[in-house]
Amino acid sequence: MVTAEHDSESTASDAQQSLVISRHRLTTRLTHWGWAGALFFLFLSGLQIFNAHPALYVGQQSGFAFDISILSIGPVRERSGEVRGLTTVLGLSVDTTGVLGVSGPEQERAYRAFPAWLTLPSYQDLATGRVVHFFFAWMFAVVYSIWLVASAINGHLRRDILPALADIRALPATFIAHLQFRFEHHGRYNSLQKLSYGIVLLVFFPLMIATGLTMSPGMDAGWPWLVQLFGGRQSARTIHFVMMLLLVGFFTVHIAMVFAAGPINEMRSMITGRYRIRRSMDRGGRT
Amino acid sequence: MSTFLLSRRRFLAAAGATVSSLPLAGCDALDGFVGGGSRVRDFLASANSLTYRAQRLLVPAERLAPEFAESEIRQGQRPNGSTDPGDATYLALKQDGFAGYRLRVSGLVERPLHLTLAELRNMPSRTQITRHDCVEGWSCIAKWSGVALTRVLDEARVKPEARYVVFHCFDSMPLGLGGSVAYYESIDMLDARHPQTILAYGLNGAALPVANGAPLRVRVERQLGYKMAKYIKAIEVVADLAPFGRGRGGYWEDLGYDWYAGI
Repeated sequence: MVTAEHDSESTASDAQQSLVISRHRLTTRLTHWGWAGALFFLFLSGLQIFNAHPALYVGQQSGFAFDISILSIGPVRERSGEVRGLTTVLGLSVDTTGVLGVSGPEQERAYRAFPAWLTLPSYQDLATGRVVHFFFAWMFAVVYSIWLVASAINGHLRRDILPALADIRALPATFIAHLQFRFEHHGRYNSLQKLSYGIVLLVFFPLMIATGLTMSPGMDAGWPWLVQLFGGRQSARTIHFVMMLLLVGFFTVHIAMVFAAGPINEMRSMITGRYRIRRSMDRGGRT
Repeated sequence: MSTFLLSRRRFLAAAGATVSSLPLAGCDALDGFVGGGSRVRDFLASANSLTYRAQRLLVPAERLAPEFAESEIRQGQRPNGSTDPGDATYLALKQDGFAGYRLRVSGLVERPLHLTLAELRNMPSRTQITRHDCVEGWSCIAKWSGVALTRVLDEARVKPEARYVVFHCFDSMPLGLGGSVAYYESIDMLDARHPQTILAYGLNGAALPVANGAPLRVRVERQLGYKMAKYIKAIEVVADLAPFGRGRGGYWEDLGYDWYAGI
């Protein structure tokens, strides 16, 4: 379904080149903002929870008497008496004083993995971090389920998310065009968009939910295949953390692309659904 | 090299301070909403009863938590919370190897009990190698031996109106400014009757050490560590959790943690 109308704001001559189409369905827009909000709180409260034990491992259990650490963040006292923040990834240590391990004003340093400005609440409070995290985890799972069912029914998933053969063929050209900062504005997702949205929506999001559930001792009894799938509870916790990093990476690029492609037009299309395209190009449809 | 380190450190500190000053106001602004006692927090915390109901619906009552092979015990059980209670009653019992210990079972039971450690050890025992999951995020695999709580409850003959089992402990924990309160916890009858819910007196083939809750602690394998009360003094079968502590069902619950810790 394509609904296009001449932009009432544009002059007669402009109307030759541009028109406004109805780009995003209501379910797409509502679910987008639903999980955007949920992910914001999940991110901040998740870092609060991580701070309670700022180390990641592989397998079922944490290594206290043996080393199976993937990442650890913490304060280390030097021989000089100075306390530095040290982040160790796969045995490689980096001084992260000021941000990770040790942060806050010089006079009153806080010894914590993630700094106050990245956690909710800003102070150390695991109980509240968990309360916030699990509320928004429920919200995220519900919104995601609504999107999945709606998109399967209305064709959004098949038409706009799952890459077609033509999209895979177009991938190299689209990739080069993006590197040259040439963006298409025809109202449909290009092959790179399909690929990145597809990975986030159909791989990252379900993995986030599944690894989250695997950390629940109740669900490990109920669905033992979960913990087997991820190779242990601590592995699931590590994957959950890595997924968070990947989602932060996606978010950064996503926002950069919104700005590069025209923030007002892009924001309008995700709020009201209306999106201005150039008439000479493919008219496209709802995405 | 050291000058480089220093300058990098200074750079990171400066960068951190600059970045942190930007969104600080935003994050602090949210603290009030989620802080203790706020209505928003109470609303958000109601998701815990949704989690409780969902797991009770999805997980069969008798379904066991995963158990492991001997080879997967690779370290001692990490002690946490109280590890060496200093309370006078406890110290006196510890001094003579808990010979004078009596587990009191009371509340909504037909026959209140006072059980010695020897009596508990003479009841049918269960040994299980399970993964202990702490609320902080770490896990540790260990072998636990004890008597199934359900056997003790049968012995005491639980009345039909019973809904929860409350564990009263010897160890005091800090509460408020300079105050302290005895640790306590509670679970529902379903978890109390679960085959893996044991009153453990053995750890990794030896007597339960003081650091891990001697003489008796409970294992609730489908929930987090803070539910598994250590240094158990008495068990009380009840219909309502309101009369205990601040009424939220446990020491940590009274401080804001969720009562259902299957997540």
